[in-house]
Amino acid sequence: MAFAKVQLDMEEKKAERQGFLSWVKLRPYAMIFPAIFIFCLFFIYPIGYMIYLSFHDWNFVSPVKDFVGTSNFSYLLSDRDFREVISNSFIYTFFTVFLTISLSLLLALWLNRGGTVYSFMQASIFSPHIISLVSVSMLWMWIMDADYGLLNWFLNLIGMESVMWLTSPEYALTSLILVAVWKGIGFNTLVFIAGLQSIPKDLYEAAELDHTPPWRRFLKITVPMLSPTLFFLTIIGVINSFQVFETINLMTAGGPINSTNTFVYYIYQYGFQFFKIGYASAAGVILLVILSVLTVVYFKVLSKRVHYR
Amino acid sequence: MNSSPIFKIANGIGLVLLFIIFAVPFVWMASTAFKSLGETMTFPPVWIPETLQWQNFVEAWNSGPFLKYFVNSVVVTLLILILQFATIIPAAYAFARYEFPLKNFFFALTMICLMIPSQLIFLPVYLNLSSWGILDTIWGLILPFATSAFGIFLLRQSFMQVPEELLEAARLDDASEWQIIRKIMLPLAKPVLITLALFSFIAHWNDYFWPLVMTTTDQARTLPLGIAMLRQVEGGAAWNVVMAGNLLLVLPILVIFFFAQKHIIRAFVYTGVK
Repeated sequence: MAFAKVQLDMEEKKAERQGFLSWVKLRPYAMIFPAIFIFCLFFIYPIGYMIYLSFHDWNFVSPVKDFVGTSNFSYLLSDRDFREVISNSFIYTFFTVFLTISLSLLLALWLNRGGTVYSFMQASIFSPHIISLVSVSMLWMWIMDADYGLLNWFLNLIGMESVMWLTSPEYALTSLILVAVWKGIGFNTLVFIAGLQSIPKDLYEAAELDHTPPWRRFLKITVPMLSPTLFFLTIIGVINSFQVFETINLMTAGGPINSTNTFVYYIYQYGFQFFKIGYASAAGVILLVILSVLTVVYFKVLSKRVHYR
Repeated sequence: MNSSPIFKIANGIGLVLLFIIFAVPFVWMASTAFKSLGETMTFPPVWIPETLQWQNFVEAWNSGPFLKYFVNSVVVTLLILILQFATIIPAAYAFARYEFPLKNFFFALTMICLMIPSQLIFLPVYLNLSSWGILDTIWGLILPFATSAFGIFLLRQSFMQVPEELLEAARLDDASEWQIIRKIMLPLAKPVLITLALFSFIAHWNDYFWPLVMTTTDQARTLPLGIAMLRQVEGGAAWNVVMAGNLLLVLPILVIFFFAQKHIIRAFVYTGVK
């Protein structure tokens, strides 16, 4: 086996003699080039361009981009709509993630069993995760229809008043949160179940031998062993919820009276409807900062966990 | 405790309720898709339409150039899949198996791109595509996704697990690097490749956001956009036609899910846990 290594080394030596531009040396770069090229073109460069545009005033057609310093940012921070966008995004994210995580943890503890019935249930609650957001949005618009929708029919059936789910400012954001929870709960449950199944069985067996009561077993074994999964799902949930767009665009268009407007929809509106590229880019930069902080926190905590083990 | 009859009954009722919450919306979609317009506007609602209105599907299909949307969806999804494999496999192999200057820099760059969502950069990408003249073409929908940082990350991990002795043995037999990739690496990474293909297919078949932003005419629009426009065409009232259209969009995915359930769930959950 060592012979092959020697052969490879010889190949490299030969390559060195042939000079700087040998194939063996260039090969790795050639292999990563297509991917890196696309990353630079469609990810890295646009980020830089967005930061550049956030300091300029531009309406998309004009040939000149006026440098305006930080005035786009000060405009945004003084804009009442944008402050609403920030608070909507935080409310939406907090409740979506909190409800999804806590409900799916309960479901995972309940559905983590063998047998056809339970694997069928797992698949059923997972199914919305792979359905297009277009269909999810339109299906729920129809279910939440104020006059002929299924949800109001059910509320009336149990003696409650009809609710203007998507057309009233009090309920619209709540309705979008409900849809997000419905769509996301299955995926989260299954990841929790995978987490539960990776906990070594002998931990529970040892606890049982010690006559540890079930709730203590849950607090002392399940919760700590599940905390990496919990942390992962929370961060992913927060990052995804901050980028919500599809359901808002299709179900409420940010309304009524701006009550469901969130980051990405605001950027979309300012860029494509009002042609204020500078404001839109500045809002994008703020979102970039929030997402970067979350990502850095994620990796910081993750690397700490690895050290603990 | 768990075997008491009361517990069993409560457990059973709970399971049925849970099933209703997740299945009834789909049943409702299918039921509405076969209703007449009048039947969508009754209160309390009808569950089983009097006659099955198959023409709802025809009406949905004919309300726009749906053949064009369908072809665009298929072409975009397939080309993304092919290009992703063509760019991911060599990059993952180079990152996993070669040492070269600036390797860590390029890998860090890849990981940064893994963190950048399309919802963040659509505006500058739109402006770039516009100045390159490929806005509103299928290339604007394909090229930004011609590679996948996530794919490189997963496949690199899988390639790194292959023992070095296997490669040395192959090199002794004068195998080229390409042969090593094709005969050793790819067969061993098959589960990861299937995962990536499923992932990419589902994500881009369903995608609404990117085509919405990057297309302005029917020539490059995809199926989800066409379905979303059903609502606007019909003025929001003809829910039977809207649901018929959505059933056409959802059904292929549900059928695939039905047959490849274990695979799909494992793919999503495995990549979730990693």
